[in-house]
Amino acid sequence: VRFVDEYREPGAVLRAVDALKRASTRRWRIMEVCGGQTHAILAHGLDALLADAVELLHGPGCPVCVTPLETLDRALALAERPDVTLASFGDMLRVPGSRGDLFGARARGGDVRVVYSPLDAVALAERLPGRRVVFLAVGFETTVPAVAGALRVARARGLANFAVLAAHVRVPPALEAIREAPESRVEAFLAAGHVCTVMGTAEYEPIARRLRVPIVATGFEPLDVVQGAALAVEQLERGEARVEIQYRRAVRPEGNPVARALAFEVFEVVDRPWRGIGVVPAGGLALREAWAAFDAERLFPELAGEAPPEPAECRAGDVLRGVLRPPACPAFGTRCTPESPLGAPMVSAEGVCAAYFRYRVADPGGREAGVA
Amino acid sequence: VGEGRGLSVCLAVPGRVLDVADEAGIRTARVDFGGVRKRICLETLPDARPGDYVLVHAGFALQVLDQAAAEETLRLAAEARVAR
Repeated sequence: VRFVDEYREPGAVLRAVDALKRASTRRWRIMEVCGGQTHAILAHGLDALLADAVELLHGPGCPVCVTPLETLDRALALAERPDVTLASFGDMLRVPGSRGDLFGARARGGDVRVVYSPLDAVALAERLPGRRVVFLAVGFETTVPAVAGALRVARARGLANFAVLAAHVRVPPALEAIREAPESRVEAFLAAGHVCTVMGTAEYEPIARRLRVPIVATGFEPLDVVQGAALAVEQLERGEARVEIQYRRAVRPEGNPVARALAFEVFEVVDRPWRGIGVVPAGGLALREAWAAFDAERLFPELAGEAPPEPAECRAGDVLRGVLRPPACPAFGTRCTPESPLGAPMVSAEGVCAAYFRYRVADPGGREAGVA
Repeated sequence: VGEGRGLSVCLAVPGRVLDVADEAGIRTARVDFGGVRKRICLETLPDARPGDYVLVHAGFALQVLDQAAAEETLRLAAEARVAR
């Protein structure tokens, strides 16, 4: 596939690794924010290729992983209502709430559907006028324009039976929280490229300056990740702390202003709890008052409950902040596996524990395990 | 096109715009992803045209890919350089 394969070509990746190593005089600690980048790093063995020059810390960029338990419990309760059809992305269905997952709700007779796009959920509402269709909306800023666009279509078509249970999260406040934490080991960030495709890079400028940390908007293919890390290393070596764009084919400094305007027509910034991390100030996006008629939180207030306690054995919070590497968790690969996960990072395909399990336990020398 | 896996994550896939249409008031495009064709919402890219490569996430095109920048990334790697 054009714009993909050429960024996986081993010769190009290895030359980029050489360039990075020449630029580096010590081992720097760089956090990649997005789960898609983590996946590429482990699938292609980039952590091992860069090991002398860079320690890659994995960040919280798995929206499935940080969706709070109370939201999952709410979605479960909705799926169990006889009048509700609950739709979401495929990897939400296996995430355990405090009393089971959405697959379980479906097995017990709940109407739970997997959709590719929020627009498919709107089409469901059109086809099923007798049912209330609720779309469980998770994702970083990348996904928000699609959900906002779907809501605009639903309103234009007068679909009173469509609603959204929104659990959207924002990257910049999470970077600040991670960098400011006393135990933080992060010296530079690789920002999530597709978030910046929508949002641009302006909101990272004050963070880079105030917290003295290089931030490089980086893509998802092996060559992108290595080049992003190399730009971060050059800044660190020079004592700089700027915002840079590695992923220039997809990220403009101004982002996509039309997509951003659409997102903020419907959503507003709110404080939000992140699973494993706690309440992140300005860390989420919720429907504005003007869209209350489509807001499942307002339409089904009786489902709001206490935040249930996390399973004590799961150390997802430490993993998501880059403090604990998954293989160092006592439960990893024994009491916690993708078949029987204790926490969300072991569930989602992009979750960091699942990625370690897949590439380092289940198939350590597998086809996808190395770039060279 | 990546269905069933990691879609709530920021996975976005490049594809080529075949043609643009108005569908019940929504600007849409048929997009070719290496042989698989899908109808995609083009509302946030008013300037995208047939032949452009767009980055698609959850049924929405988010950006037109910049071909010159794409080639520069590859050239830097070929020359084993970090930056321009």
